[in-house]
Amino acid sequence: MVELVVFLVAGAICLGGAVGVIANRNPVHAALSLVATLFGIAVLFIAQEAHFLAAVQVIVYAGAIVILFLFVLMLLGVDRAEDLSIEPIRGQRVGAAIVGIGALALTLIAFASTSGEATGARPEPGAANEIAEGVADIDQIGESLFTDHLFAFEITSVLLVIAIVGAVMLSRRVRRDELVEDPLEVAHRAELEARAAAQASEGDAAPADAHDEEVQA
Amino acid sequence: MLAVAEVTPAWYLVLGSLIFTVGAVGLLVRRNPLVMFMCVELMLNAVTLTFVTFSRMLNDVHGTTVVVFVLVVAAAEVVVGLGIIVALLRKQPTATADDLTVLKG
Repeated sequence: MVELVVFLVAGAICLGGAVGVIANRNPVHAALSLVATLFGIAVLFIAQEAHFLAAVQVIVYAGAIVILFLFVLMLLGVDRAEDLSIEPIRGQRVGAAIVGIGALALTLIAFASTSGEATGARPEPGAANEIAEGVADIDQIGESLFTDHLFAFEITSVLLVIAIVGAVMLSRRVRRDELVEDPLEVAHRAELEARAAAQASEGDAAPADAHDEEVQA
Repeated sequence: MLAVAEVTPAWYLVLGSLIFTVGAVGLLVRRNPLVMFMCVELMLNAVTLTFVTFSRMLNDVHGTTVVVFVLVVAAAEVVVGLGIIVALLRKQPTATADDLTVLKG
Protein backbone atom coordinates (compact mmCIF):
# COMPACT_ATOMS: atom_id res chain seq x y z
CA MET A 1 0.00 0.00 0.00
CA VAL A 2 2.77 2.40 0.95
CA GLU A 3 4.76 1.49 -2.13
CA LEU A 4 1.70 2.07 -4.32
CA VAL A 5 1.17 5.56 -2.92
CA VAL A 6 4.87 6.36 -3.21
CA PHE A 7 4.96 5.10 -6.78
CA LEU A 8 1.87 7.01 -7.84
CA VAL A 9 2.94 10.30 -6.25
CA ALA A 10 6.56 10.10 -7.43
CA GLY A 11 5.51 8.91 -10.88
CA ALA A 12 3.06 11.78 -11.23
CA ILE A 13 5.78 14.26 -10.19
CA CYS A 14 8.18 12.69 -12.71
CA LEU A 15 5.74 12.81 -15.61
CA GLY A 16 4.45 16.26 -14.73
CA GLY A 17 8.00 17.58 -14.55
CA ALA A 18 8.93 15.91 -17.84
CA VAL A 19 5.95 17.47 -19.61
CA GLY A 20 6.80 20.78 -17.95
CA VAL A 21 10.32 20.66 -19.40
CA ILE A 22 9.05 20.48 -22.96
CA ALA A 23 5.91 22.62 -22.55
CA ASN A 24 7.25 25.61 -20.62
CA ARG A 25 7.98 28.65 -22.76
CA ASN A 26 10.54 30.02 -20.35
CA PRO A 27 13.80 28.00 -20.12
CA VAL A 28 14.15 28.80 -16.40
CA HIS A 29 10.77 27.23 -15.68
CA ALA A 30 11.80 24.24 -17.79
CA ALA A 31 14.92 23.82 -15.65
CA LEU A 32 12.81 23.94 -12.47
CA SER A 33 10.47 21.30 -13.92
CA LEU A 34 13.54 19.20 -14.59
CA VAL A 35 14.36 19.39 -10.86
CA ALA A 36 10.91 17.96 -10.09
CA THR A 37 11.52 15.02 -12.40
CA LEU A 38 14.97 14.37 -10.93
CA PHE A 39 13.60 14.39 -7.39
CA GLY A 40 10.79 12.07 -8.40
CA ILE A 41 13.29 9.63 -9.85
CA ALA A 42 15.36 9.84 -6.66
CA VAL A 43 12.24 8.88 -4.69
CA LEU A 44 11.66 5.93 -7.03
CA PHE A 45 15.29 4.87 -6.46
CA ILE A 46 14.64 4.84 -2.71
CA ALA A 47 11.46 2.82 -3.29
CA GLN A 48 13.64 0.26 -5.07
CA GLU A 49 16.19 0.20 -2.26
CA ALA A 50 18.94 2.01 -4.17
CA HIS A 51 19.59 4.51 -1.42
CA PHE A 52 23.09 5.48 -2.46
CA LEU A 53 22.01 6.18 -6.02
CA ALA A 54 19.14 8.32 -4.76
CA ALA A 55 21.58 10.46 -2.79
CA VAL A 56 23.94 10.71 -5.76
CA GLN A 57 21.01 11.56 -8.02
CA VAL A 58 20.04 14.51 -5.85
CA ILE A 59 23.61 15.71 -5.33
CA VAL A 60 24.85 15.36 -8.91
CA TYR A 61 21.74 16.17 -10.89
CA ALA A 62 19.76 18.61 -8.77
CA GLY A 63 22.81 20.00 -7.03
CA ALA A 64 25.25 20.29 -9.90
CA ILE A 65 23.78 19.80 -13.35
CA VAL A 66 20.59 21.85 -12.97
CA ILE A 67 22.52 24.58 -11.15
CA LEU A 68 24.90 24.64 -14.12
CA PHE A 69 21.93 25.01 -16.48
CA LEU A 70 20.46 27.84 -14.43
CA PHE A 71 23.86 29.47 -14.14
CA VAL A 72 24.29 29.50 -17.91
CA LEU A 73 20.74 30.78 -18.40
CA MET A 74 21.18 33.65 -15.98
CA LEU A 75 24.79 34.43 -16.90
CA LEU A 76 24.02 34.83 -20.57
CA GLY A 77 20.61 36.39 -20.03
CA VAL A 78 18.98 34.06 -22.51
CA ASP A 79 16.03 33.36 -20.20
CA ARG A 80 13.53 34.99 -22.50
CA ALA A 81 10.36 33.11 -23.33
CA GLU A 82 10.20 31.25 -26.59
CA ASP A 83 7.12 31.52 -28.78
CA LEU A 84 5.92 27.94 -28.96
CA SER A 85 2.95 28.72 -31.22
CA ILE A 86 5.23 29.01 -34.26
CA GLU A 87 6.14 25.71 -35.84
CA PRO A 88 9.57 26.31 -37.40
CA ILE A 89 9.49 23.39 -39.83
CA ARG A 90 6.15 22.41 -41.30
CA GLY A 91 5.01 19.05 -39.99
CA GLN A 92 7.67 18.97 -37.26
CA ARG A 93 5.21 18.59 -34.39
CA VAL A 94 3.26 15.88 -36.17
CA GLY A 95 6.47 14.07 -37.04
CA ALA A 96 7.70 14.31 -33.46
CA ALA A 97 4.37 12.97 -32.17
CA ILE A 98 4.55 10.03 -34.58
CA VAL A 99 8.13 9.26 -33.55
CA GLY A 100 7.16 9.49 -29.88
CA ILE A 101 4.12 7.27 -30.17
CA GLY A 102 6.12 4.81 -32.28
CA ALA A 103 8.96 4.62 -29.76
CA LEU A 104 6.53 4.20 -26.88
CA ALA A 105 4.58 1.50 -28.71
CA LEU A 106 7.81 -0.30 -29.56
CA THR A 107 8.98 -0.47 -25.96
CA LEU A 108 5.53 -1.39 -24.64
CA ILE A 109 5.09 -4.17 -27.22
CA ALA A 110 8.57 -5.54 -26.50
CA PHE A 111 7.65 -5.37 -22.87
CA ALA A 112 4.27 -7.07 -23.23
CA SER A 113 5.86 -9.88 -25.26
CA THR A 114 7.87 -10.89 -22.19
CA SER A 115 4.75 -10.56 -20.00
CA GLY A 116 6.46 -8.01 -17.80
CA GLU A 117 9.29 -10.24 -16.66
CA ALA A 118 12.97 -9.53 -17.20
CA THR A 119 14.54 -12.13 -19.47
CA GLY A 120 18.19 -11.70 -18.51
CA ALA A 121 20.39 -14.17 -16.70
CA ARG A 122 20.16 -14.01 -12.96
CA PRO A 123 23.41 -14.31 -11.02
CA GLU A 124 24.17 -17.70 -9.54
CA PRO A 125 23.41 -18.07 -5.85
CA GLY A 126 26.38 -16.85 -3.87
CA ALA A 127 27.97 -14.99 -6.81
CA ALA A 128 29.67 -11.69 -6.05
CA ASN A 129 27.19 -9.67 -8.08
CA GLU A 130 24.09 -11.08 -6.41
CA ILE A 131 22.26 -8.53 -4.31
CA ALA A 132 22.58 -9.81 -0.76
CA GLU A 133 19.94 -9.17 1.84
CA GLY A 134 20.95 -6.85 4.64
CA VAL A 135 24.02 -5.42 2.91
CA ALA A 136 23.93 -1.71 2.12
CA ASP A 137 23.83 -1.01 -1.60
CA ILE A 138 26.80 1.38 -1.33
CA ASP A 139 28.95 -1.55 -0.15
CA GLN A 140 27.87 -3.68 -3.05
CA ILE A 141 28.29 -0.94 -5.64
CA GLY A 142 31.74 -0.15 -4.29
CA GLU A 143 32.82 -3.77 -4.43
CA SER A 144 31.46 -4.20 -7.94
CA LEU A 145 33.02 -0.93 -9.10
CA PHE A 146 36.51 -1.75 -7.86
CA THR A 147 36.60 -5.39 -8.96
CA ASP A 148 34.50 -6.14 -12.04
CA HIS A 149 34.43 -2.60 -13.44
CA LEU A 150 37.87 -1.38 -12.41
CA PHE A 151 39.08 -0.67 -15.94
CA ALA A 152 35.93 1.24 -16.86
CA PHE A 153 36.25 3.18 -13.63
CA GLU A 154 39.80 4.24 -14.50
CA ILE A 155 38.71 5.24 -17.99
CA THR A 156 36.06 7.57 -16.54
CA SER A 157 38.86 9.56 -14.89
CA VAL A 158 40.35 10.13 -18.35
CA LEU A 159 36.91 11.15 -19.58
CA LEU A 160 36.53 13.68 -16.78
CA VAL A 161 39.95 15.19 -17.46
CA ILE A 162 39.10 15.52 -21.16
CA ALA A 163 35.78 17.16 -20.25
CA ILE A 164 37.49 19.67 -17.94
CA VAL A 165 40.12 20.57 -20.55
CA GLY A 166 37.43 20.88 -23.20
CA ALA A 167 35.26 23.13 -21.05
CA VAL A 168 38.19 25.39 -20.21
CA MET A 169 39.24 25.61 -23.85
CA LEU A 170 35.70 26.37 -25.00
CA SER A 171 34.84 29.00 -22.45
CA ARG A 172 38.02 31.03 -22.01
CA ARG A 173 38.36 34.35 -23.76
CA VAL A 174 41.50 34.72 -25.88
CA ARG A 175 43.50 37.78 -24.88
CA ARG A 176 44.62 39.99 -27.72
CA ASP A 177 48.36 39.63 -27.08
CA GLU A 178 48.22 35.84 -27.13
CA LEU A 179 46.05 35.62 -30.19
CA VAL A 180 47.51 33.00 -32.49
CA GLU A 181 46.72 33.60 -36.14
CA ASP A 182 45.61 30.73 -38.27
CA PRO A 183 48.22 30.58 -41.11
CA LEU A 184 45.59 29.59 -43.66
CA GLU A 185 43.40 32.50 -42.65
CA VAL A 186 46.36 34.92 -42.86
CA ALA A 187 47.23 33.66 -46.35
CA HIS A 188 43.60 33.96 -47.42
CA ARG A 189 43.33 37.51 -46.12
CA ALA A 190 46.59 38.52 -47.86
CA GLU A 191 45.28 37.06 -51.10
CA LEU A 192 42.02 39.01 -50.79
CA GLU A 193 43.90 42.24 -50.08
CA ALA A 194 46.24 41.68 -53.05
CA ARG A 195 43.24 41.07 -55.29
CA ALA A 196 41.51 44.22 -54.05
CA ALA A 197 44.69 46.24 -54.60
CA ALA A 198 45.12 44.83 -58.11
CA GLN A 199 41.53 45.69 -58.98
CA ALA A 200 41.91 49.18 -57.59
CA SER A 201 45.06 49.85 -59.63
CA GLU A 202 43.64 48.43 -62.85
CA GLY A 203 40.32 50.14 -62.31
CA ASP A 204 37.53 48.38 -64.16
CA ALA A 205 39.60 48.15 -67.37
CA ALA A 206 39.88 44.37 -67.62
CA PRO A 207 38.28 42.66 -64.64
CA ALA A 208 37.40 39.62 -66.76
CA ASP A 209 41.06 39.07 -67.72
CA ALA A 210 42.18 39.35 -64.11
CA HIS A 211 39.59 36.80 -63.17
CA ASP A 212 40.84 34.43 -65.89
CA GLU A 213 44.45 34.70 -64.76
CA GLU A 214 43.38 33.94 -61.26
CA VAL A 215 41.54 30.82 -62.31
CA GLN A 216 44.54 29.59 -64.28
CA ALA A 217 46.85 30.31 -61.39
CA MET B 1 -13.20 -1.56 -0.69
CA LEU B 2 -10.83 -1.32 -3.59
CA ALA B 3 -8.37 -4.11 -4.09
CA VAL B 4 -4.94 -2.58 -3.56
CA ALA B 5 -2.83 -3.20 -6.63
CA GLU B 6 0.69 -4.37 -6.04
CA VAL B 7 3.49 -2.32 -7.56
CA THR B 8 5.47 -4.66 -9.78
CA PRO B 9 8.82 -3.70 -11.36
CA ALA B 10 6.91 -3.59 -14.66
CA TRP B 11 5.27 -0.34 -13.55
CA TYR B 12 8.65 1.29 -13.18
CA LEU B 13 9.66 0.18 -16.66
CA VAL B 14 6.49 1.64 -18.17
CA LEU B 15 7.10 4.91 -16.33
CA GLY B 16 10.68 4.91 -17.60
CA SER B 17 9.58 4.46 -21.20
CA LEU B 18 7.01 7.25 -20.79
CA ILE B 19 9.63 9.69 -19.48
CA PHE B 20 12.00 8.64 -22.27
CA THR B 21 9.32 9.31 -24.88
CA VAL B 22 8.55 12.73 -23.45
CA GLY B 23 12.27 13.57 -23.56
CA ALA B 24 12.62 12.35 -27.14
CA VAL B 25 9.60 14.35 -28.32
CA GLY B 26 10.92 17.44 -26.55
CA LEU B 27 14.29 17.02 -28.24
CA LEU B 28 12.56 16.97 -31.61
CA VAL B 29 10.16 19.84 -30.94
CA ARG B 30 12.07 22.48 -28.97
CA ARG B 31 14.49 24.92 -30.63
CA ASN B 32 16.36 26.35 -27.66
CA PRO B 33 19.66 24.43 -27.37
CA LEU B 34 19.52 24.58 -23.56
CA VAL B 35 16.03 23.09 -23.40
CA MET B 36 17.07 20.41 -25.89
CA PHE B 37 19.90 19.59 -23.52
CA MET B 38 17.45 19.25 -20.62
CA CYS B 39 15.48 16.79 -22.74
CA VAL B 40 18.62 14.69 -23.18
CA GLU B 41 18.95 14.66 -19.39
CA LEU B 42 15.35 13.47 -19.13
CA MET B 43 16.11 10.57 -21.47
CA LEU B 44 19.24 9.65 -19.53
CA ASN B 45 17.27 9.65 -16.28
CA ALA B 46 14.59 7.41 -17.74
CA VAL B 47 17.31 4.95 -18.71
CA THR B 48 18.89 5.01 -15.24
CA LEU B 49 15.47 4.28 -13.76
CA THR B 50 15.12 1.20 -15.97
CA PHE B 51 18.67 0.12 -15.07
CA VAL B 52 17.86 0.21 -11.38
CA THR B 53 14.58 -1.61 -11.98
CA PHE B 54 16.26 -4.37 -13.98
CA SER B 55 18.91 -4.63 -11.30
CA ARG B 56 16.19 -5.32 -8.78
CA MET B 57 14.27 -7.68 -11.07
CA LEU B 58 17.35 -9.79 -11.80
CA ASN B 59 18.83 -9.42 -8.34
CA ASP B 60 22.11 -8.30 -9.91
CA VAL B 61 24.17 -5.40 -8.58
CA HIS B 62 25.79 -4.63 -11.95
CA GLY B 63 22.72 -2.71 -13.04
CA THR B 64 23.20 -0.18 -10.27
CA THR B 65 26.94 0.05 -11.00
CA VAL B 66 26.16 1.05 -14.58
CA VAL B 67 24.04 3.92 -13.22
CA VAL B 68 27.14 5.35 -11.56
CA PHE B 69 28.88 5.39 -14.94
CA VAL B 70 25.84 6.98 -16.56
CA LEU B 71 25.99 9.76 -13.98
CA VAL B 72 29.67 10.39 -14.68
CA VAL B 73 29.15 10.46 -18.44
CA ALA B 74 26.13 12.75 -18.05
CA ALA B 75 28.16 15.18 -15.96
CA ALA B 76 31.00 15.24 -18.51
CA GLU B 77 28.51 15.66 -21.36
CA VAL B 78 26.80 18.60 -19.66
CA VAL B 79 30.11 20.33 -18.99
CA VAL B 80 31.28 20.12 -22.61
CA GLY B 81 27.84 20.75 -24.10
CA LEU B 82 27.22 23.84 -21.99
CA GLY B 83 30.71 25.07 -22.90
CA ILE B 84 29.80 24.86 -26.58
CA ILE B 85 26.43 26.53 -25.99
CA VAL B 86 28.01 29.35 -23.96
CA ALA B 87 30.58 29.95 -26.71
CA LEU B 88 27.76 30.05 -29.28
CA LEU B 89 25.35 32.23 -27.30
CA ARG B 90 28.07 34.77 -26.50
CA LYS B 91 28.41 35.52 -30.20
CA GLN B 92 24.74 35.24 -31.00
CA PRO B 93 22.36 35.62 -28.02
CA THR B 94 19.29 34.59 -30.03
CA ALA B 95 20.78 31.36 -31.33
CA THR B 96 18.50 28.39 -31.94
CA ALA B 97 19.39 24.84 -32.85
CA ASP B 98 19.68 25.85 -36.51
CA ASP B 99 22.53 28.21 -35.74
CA LEU B 100 24.63 25.32 -34.48
CA THR B 101 25.63 24.81 -38.12
CA VAL B 102 28.33 27.42 -37.47
CA LEU B 103 30.19 24.57 -35.76
CA LYS B 104 30.93 23.12 -39.20
CA GLY B 105 34.65 23.20 -39.88
